[in-house]
Amino acid sequence: MTEHIVDKKKYYVVFASLMLLLAATIGIAYIHLGEINFIVALTIAFTKAILIVMYFMHVRYSPRLLWIFVGAGVFWLGILFALSFADYLTRGWFPMPTAWE
Amino acid sequence: MWIFLSTEVMFFGGMFLGYAVYRSMYHTAYADASRHLDVLLGGINTGVLLCSSLTMALAVHAAQLGGRRTVVIFILATIVLASVFLGIKTSEYYHKYEEHLIPGRHFEFSGSNANHAQVFFSFYFVMTGMHALHMVVGIGIMLVMIMLILRGRFSSEYYSPIEMTGLYWHFVDIVWVFLFPLLYLVDRS
Repeated sequence: MTEHIVDKKKYYVVFASLMLLLAATIGIAYIHLGEINFIVALTIAFTKAILIVMYFMHVRYSPRLLWIFVGAGVFWLGILFALSFADYLTRGWFPMPTAWE
Repeated sequence: MWIFLSTEVMFFGGMFLGYAVYRSMYHTAYADASRHLDVLLGGINTGVLLCSSLTMALAVHAAQLGGRRTVVIFILATIVLASVFLGIKTSEYYHKYEEHLIPGRHFEFSGSNANHAQVFFSFYFVMTGMHALHMVVGIGIMLVMIMLILRGRFSSEYYSPIEMTGLYWHFVDIVWVFLFPLLYLVDRS
């Protein structure tokens, strides 16, 4: 196997960023921002996940074929959420048709 | 391995979807119920798990270089951190038990939407429970890896099983990265 060996320093930098993001997500949760709190929390979670996938899981240095497999998982999850919420969030937008008189 | 992880994404994805649908319906109950979780313990656990991901990454790094002793040391460190996580989780579960927050007949909740809060705690226990189960499996896999390393099965040319163990462990870490803000930090402000 011709594997790319990541420099150890990079792991420490990624780890430090993950810890900083953790502190940020806890800190921001206590500041009242309304709906934005949730968006910030999710953005930070996705950033952390991307850091882990890219560096700890070596995806950044992997062949593009692997990117397709990783992307496929995320894409299918997107379908699951998009179609489900297309149902749940739009319920009640229009009145239910009543039976024929 | 990545195909397996995709199926795992789907597995946890279903639970996250259920969580999200009910969150959109019972937002106030979710916010009240979430305040009963301990942010300090949850935060420490997140830190512990991130540390274990670092030690796992360093174990794979050492395996790539062929250093047998360092690999074992880093995998052992990962197992210790995982056990710390599970220990803290257990004490959290115990507190929930004492506070009558386990869904079922003895569930007691002072807020107005007790039934909706029960839904939140059901998701809390199922999602963190499945996550904890994945960690127990991970510890088992790591112990097997240590055995194989000590028998001299791996070298800097062949270390795929250690790498796969690392991928699995990082995946478990990522699940928690999402669980922590979604369960503990619903509405703290």
